[in-house]
Amino acid sequence: METTLNMPGTVALPDVHHGEEHEHHHHHESFISKYIFSQDHKTISKQFLITGIIWAIIGGLFSVLFRLQLGYPDSTFPWLEDILGRWAPGGKLSAEFYYALVTMHGTVLVFFVLTAGLSGTFSNLLIPLQIGARDMASPLLNMLSYWFFFAAGVVMLSSLFIQTGPFSGGWTAYPPLSALHDASPGSKLGVDLWITSMALFVVSSLLGGLNYIVTVLNMRTKGMTMTRLPLTIWAFFFTAVLGVLSFPVLFSGFILLLFDRNLGTSFYLSDIFIQSTERALPNEGGSAILYQHLFWFLGHPEVYIILLPAMGMASEILSTNSRKPIFGYMAMIGSLFAITILAFLVWAHHMFVTGLNPFLGAVFVLLTLLIAVPSAIKVFNWLTTLWRGNIRFTPAMLFAIGFVSLFISGGLTGIFLGNSALDIHLHDTYFVIAHFHIVMGVASFFGMYAGVYHWFPKMFGRQLNNTLGYVHFWGTIVCAYCIFWPMHYEGLSGMPRRYYDFSQWKTFNQFGELNKFITIVSILSFALQILFVFNFFYSIFKGRKLQTKNPWNSNTLEWTTPINAGHGNWPGEIPEVHRWAYDYGKDGVDHIPQTVPVGAHESKDH
Amino acid sequence: MNIWMLLGIIAMIFLVIFQIAKASEYVGVLKGEKKSREQSNKINAFLMIVFLVLGLAGAWWCNEVLAPETLFAQGSASKEGEQIDFMFMLTLLATGIIFLATQICLFVFSYMYQEKEGRKAFYLPHNNKLEIIWTIVPAIVLSVLVVIGLRHWFKITGDPPENAMVVEITGQQFGWTYRYPGPDGELGKKSYKLINIQNNGLGQDWKDKANADDVSPSKMYLIKDKPVKLVIGSKDVIHDVGLPHFRLKMDAVPGIPTTLWFTPKWTTKEMQIKLNKPDFEYEIVCDQLCGASHYAMRGIIEVVTQQEYDVAMAKLKPNYYAAFPDKDPAASQPAAKADTTAPKTVAMVTKR
Ligand code: HEM
Ligand SMILES: [Cu+2]
Ligand SMILES: [Cu+2]
Repeated sequence: METTLNMPGTVALPDVHHGEEHEHHHHHESFISKYIFSQDHKTISKQFLITGIIWAIIGGLFSVLFRLQLGYPDSTFPWLEDILGRWAPGGKLSAEFYYALVTMHGTVLVFFVLTAGLSGTFSNLLIPLQIGARDMASPLLNMLSYWFFFAAGVVMLSSLFIQTGPFSGGWTAYPPLSALHDASPGSKLGVDLWITSMALFVVSSLLGGLNYIVTVLNMRTKGMTMTRLPLTIWAFFFTAVLGVLSFPVLFSGFILLLFDRNLGTSFYLSDIFIQSTERALPNEGGSAILYQHLFWFLGHPEVYIILLPAMGMASEILSTNSRKPIFGYMAMIGSLFAITILAFLVWAHHMFVTGLNPFLGAVFVLLTLLIAVPSAIKVFNWLTTLWRGNIRFTPAMLFAIGFVSLFISGGLTGIFLGNSALDIHLHDTYFVIAHFHIVMGVASFFGMYAGVYHWFPKMFGRQLNNTLGYVHFWGTIVCAYCIFWPMHYEGLSGMPRRYYDFSQWKTFNQFGELNKFITIVSILSFALQILFVFNFFYSIFKGRKLQTKNPWNSNTLEWTTPINAGHGNWPGEIPEVHRWAYDYGKDGVDHIPQTVPVGAHESKDH
Repeated sequence: MNIWMLLGIIAMIFLVIFQIAKASEYVGVLKGEKKSREQSNKINAFLMIVFLVLGLAGAWWCNEVLAPETLFAQGSASKEGEQIDFMFMLTLLATGIIFLATQICLFVFSYMYQEKEGRKAFYLPHNNKLEIIWTIVPAIVLSVLVVIGLRHWFKITGDPPENAMVVEITGQQFGWTYRYPGPDGELGKKSYKLINIQNNGLGQDWKDKANADDVSPSKMYLIKDKPVKLVIGSKDVIHDVGLPHFRLKMDAVPGIPTTLWFTPKWTTKEMQIKLNKPDFEYEIVCDQLCGASHYAMRGIIEVVTQQEYDVAMAKLKPNYYAAFPDKDPAASQPAAKADTTAPKTVAMVTKR
């Protein structure tokens, strides 16, 4: 029933681990060089993924703890005191620790999970495999990228155990709160550790990003022109460009913050009288707003750093499982490009109510709403890709469809927020929380899950359990909407984010029951993710073994490598590419891999 | 103990789900790859439609239950906020249509084009006409929203009307201080270096005569239908004056004063009657994380009539007399006391 053109490139090559071709890559591998300080991009990708999963569990657990406080502000949980000690006296989180949890949750999820865990994993895995390269341009820097990330994690984790507690000023770390030791306990040593960790993280991102860019530009196999690249690669490429251009700005912002904190400079400080010490500070002439510009110059691109890989993977998976080419390939690249450019020009939409010059604000409104256009194009193109397809609902496909749904829901609320006059009401309320959790948090998680389910066989040579995948998907999408959809209404009441307790507020205390509901669902949702983690680790060792090299009948190059390919990826020569990645259903042929030369009678379309 | 039982139950449920999942994998192998895929494909396609229908019904129900709880149900308490409510509704209409259209397409297509024996996918790599249409249409819709939004943005960020009263609001960890200019209509100079938490919390400069009549009530009194301009500042970290009923907010940044103006429409009493909530109060909400008690940084606005305002203001004692109790005509204290207070302020500043 299915017809595959079987051409030289797809013929199974003997799975020799030490082919002569790449003898020079590794002579004999010890356990350490194979699994720990490995320079094989595939191993590094697994390291990023597993570290990311561990951080996701930690970050998720933080949110469960602070949701308990929000859902049950009047209850005490004695076991909390057992595990947290003085941070939860009498079984109730202290306000200070609540804010520390919120801060750590944001930082960990945004940077460690959805940046390193997502783009670190899949850029590493797929760039060499899909462009036809034996490894990254610099495997050594690639390995260092992981270890800097690891070190960043160690430092962040250590801040949980210090006397004055972890940083508690929000993942955006606005000074003066983050700059003044006396402004809050979390602003003491906790911030220094937080900044150190983030600085290490920036180094990791830059090492990774530069590598990805160079690899994509220089190491494509014969015939792999830029316009034949799968959209995954385009997405990873733009992601890396965003990171390389914006992380250094964040870095400079952090360094100035460190100076203000410890060396008595006044970049961000002026006119300050600290209540707790009854002291007027000597700092003059600084601007607290300067930091926000530096932060959001990364901060906004960062949200796209998180989103683009998910977009790329969703495009690839939607096309493969619809058995249809992605609709509007060039428009997809064009919109990725437009998003990348515009992502650098919209940062001040996070600062509409800081006293920003109104004219400047207006420019940012215009540019912000402009970025909705390429986003809309992408959505329409995904929908058209599904249209008249022949859809297979693998777990990866389900998550890709869920991604589109969430991206629509969350993207549309961006249109409310991007209009400054409306944002004056909505800024820093639960409306914003709902917006970015749906469009970035959950949507990118869905993109990541789609990627894991789709490429798990490539990573581990085994299959994940499908039934668990289905349960995971349907449960998670229902939970995600139940948690975040009602939050829009809380935001419309002006209910502020980052509040420890709403019960004394007349304007917000009507939402007590709703907050309880949200808490219960988020615990459920956390449990579902644990189910996935279980499936993941179980299947690495006990999953069904892969029978064929190309389980999804996919066109891209990674499926031409042997199951459990060694370092160097292809035992023989790297295959040559003759066509784009999306010839699904062309001329009635189910799929034509990229390695197949264009036939004499093939229609010219595309 | 409770928690362990709960965890135990969850673990049990996991085990059951896992066993079922494992079993279905074996069954799948027995039945053959193709057959079991067809089966799960059908189920998932069906669930797509179920999810769409239940999801839309759920969204509708959620709206029924929660919309009356939001502030939109009350209407904007400021004149300027009315336009914001209008913009919200307009944006909701535009995005609502797109939301319904795209979500329905997404799930209905998924259902309709599920894998079927003999179905061939339609090879459609691109279509320039379609792509141009769906680039231009969103661009036009967004332009309309931008134009409407920016006209209002320039209005509310522009100068307040001539007759606006001025109120200063200053944030600190963790509370708000209000200051009114008093009869002379002028706020006196202040400096953070002059702050003395005993008797000069704002750091008013007593050498400036304009400070002599400035008053600081414990609530912010505003007058119905009279525009008010807030001059916003902070003593320590960034706070934010959030006024959800009036649909506005503005950061309080140390060293960089900001402003905000609006016109209250209803007095607090009118709101109490309108909403049938005798304890209704306009709350000032701190909207920028400022430390551990951020969540409790609450201020009160009382909107009153002009007469009530005059009465309330007449009762207040200028801050000057808190710093110099002996000068207070209402008190009869020896003059010597003034000398001990004034140097203390200076000492505060020089103390390092
Ligand atoms: C349709 C396009 C979008 C528009 C017009 C838009 C607009 C905005 C605006 C104006 C804000 C600031 C709201 C406020 O703080 O008051 C915001 C917040 C945010 N957006 Fe979007 N957005 C869009 C899409 C996205 C996407 C695709 C992502 C991520 C992948 C994203 C992630 C975020 C995040 C993380 C925040 C909050 C950051 C924070 O304050 O902690 N947005 N968005
Ligand atoms: Cu942004
Ligand atoms: Cu605050």
